[in-house]
Amino acid sequence: MSALRPGRVEAPALAAVWVREWTVFKYYWRTRTFAAIVEPVITLLAFGFGFGKLVSHVEGIPYIQFVGTGAVATAVLFSAVFSSMFDALYKRRYQRVYDAMLAAPVDVDEIVTGESLFLGVRAGLYGVAPLVVAFAFGLKPEPAMVLVPFIGVLTGIGFAALGMWFAAMVSTYDGFSYVISGVITPLFLVAGTFFPLTRMPEWLRSLAQLNPLYHCVELVRHCAFGLDPLADVVHVAALCAFAVVAWGLAVWRSRAKLIL
Amino acid sequence: MQVRSSPSVSATAPGPPAVAAAVSMRGVVKRFGDVVAVDGLDLEVPTGLCFGLLGPNGAGKSTTMRILTGQAVADAGSVDVLGHHLPSESKLARARMGVCPQESNLDVDLGVRDVLDVFARMYRVPAARRAAAVERALALAGLDQRARDRAVTLSGGMQRRLLIARALIHEPEIVLLDEPTVGLDPQIRQELWSLIVGLREQGTTVLMSTHYIEEAERLADRVAIVSAGRVVAEGSPGELIQAHAGREVVDVFGSAAELASLRRSAIASGLPTRRSGPALTYLHADSYDGRVPEGVRRNATLEDVFVRLTGDYVE
Repeated sequence: MSALRPGRVEAPALAAVWVREWTVFKYYWRTRTFAAIVEPVITLLAFGFGFGKLVSHVEGIPYIQFVGTGAVATAVLFSAVFSSMFDALYKRRYQRVYDAMLAAPVDVDEIVTGESLFLGVRAGLYGVAPLVVAFAFGLKPEPAMVLVPFIGVLTGIGFAALGMWFAAMVSTYDGFSYVISGVITPLFLVAGTFFPLTRMPEWLRSLAQLNPLYHCVELVRHCAFGLDPLADVVHVAALCAFAVVAWGLAVWRSRAKLIL
Repeated sequence: MQVRSSPSVSATAPGPPAVAAAVSMRGVVKRFGDVVAVDGLDLEVPTGLCFGLLGPNGAGKSTTMRILTGQAVADAGSVDVLGHHLPSESKLARARMGVCPQESNLDVDLGVRDVLDVFARMYRVPAARRAAAVERALALAGLDQRARDRAVTLSGGMQRRLLIARALIHEPEIVLLDEPTVGLDPQIRQELWSLIVGLREQGTTVLMSTHYIEEAERLADRVAIVSAGRVVAEGSPGELIQAHAGREVVDVFGSAAELASLRRSAIASGLPTRRSGPALTYLHADSYDGRVPEGVRRNATLEDVFVRLTGDYVE
């Protein structure tokens, strides 16, 4: 048996949490992947063909390419946050597998870390789908685009942890209505995904700086249409800070719910 | 094969440090808001025995189990499991402990083998031994033929066996079984009982909570009777029966009014009794010969002890 160090986040425990997630994923990858890829693609096509007929270019970029790059962030957000919040509540309240994991030498911070990382990686990879579709609509492949999955993973880890925090604050699925309408929808709309924030009122633009999704959208666009090193370092730092804060909140509230 | 320690060894006078208790709880208190679930509980579980925690629903048994796994933190008192102090060293204790909860918390959507493989990793069974551990657990649960089926398709009894096999995947030194046979058919209950007896014969310490008296009487070397969050009596089933109900008891049947009147006079003349449905049971009947009314004489059981010590709380 590996040496156990109480109070630390340990690699063997994280690996076990990962293997559990991977094992579950092997049973459900078809439905999960279908939803994660088809939904942003449909959104992209609808906006591209529908709205794109009214607006041909935004900030000098053909509209469908503008949306295609923005939809990467949306795909990451939805894949990470919805999976983590619904799964975490299911595992705590209904299936109670967290109880079984915590009876083994696995702690709450290890569960939160392992699951956020797994869902973050998965969301980051799913997030590439809209970009690939945008290629079909004339988006030019750029070398910097290899960074997109990494941006997606970083963003996904933060949103997966955020979802676990939400899950730790509710007792039923119904409780999610508040965060879906009150938090996720505004994040999704005010991120510069479908329209640029430059025409928005000053206060809303300042507020958008606090939206992690906005930083993800900016980074992905810069990968596609030209990096802006100084600004991009700030965007990456913002996403890292978001992930750390969301992780801390998720650990804190999950522990309060799971350890009586 | 480990030699079982003699039940005559007193738990209050620890001998050489080598015979440390598997579980030691002193003055443990746990409150949930205004509710005191565990109220000054003292418990010593000797290594290598099957120890029964017997008490009515709501007596604090499940909370006690949660404290031992670190999933509840005591408000007061001290808790040690296998020499590890809780909650700070609970992870070390959990690595050497197997837990079978009262209600299933299986990954029901996974295949049986996957359930065991995932938990072999959670319990850090080394990679080289993992496959063998999974096969051993499958055999133990009698689920070799169902290894590829999803856990959700198993019958209730099979799911319970899988839960127990999962708890034993890392060959723990102590196993906590919380109401292991609640809601199961008699046949399945017998099967699980044999499994528990087998564990103890291999030297595994078993701490089992139950509100089935028969289960405690048959399986446990020692029993602690828990009521309202504390241990009200502790000893081997024989000792407990002798101390709290005597060798023989007498059941006197009658109407509710007759029984109430009999009980009043029994209390007045200092005869110990307990209510048992349509009868009043006179305990220690062999010690009070001549003073006990006519009735059905029988051997005292753990149920007599249980109801005498906890009855007023559940009635």
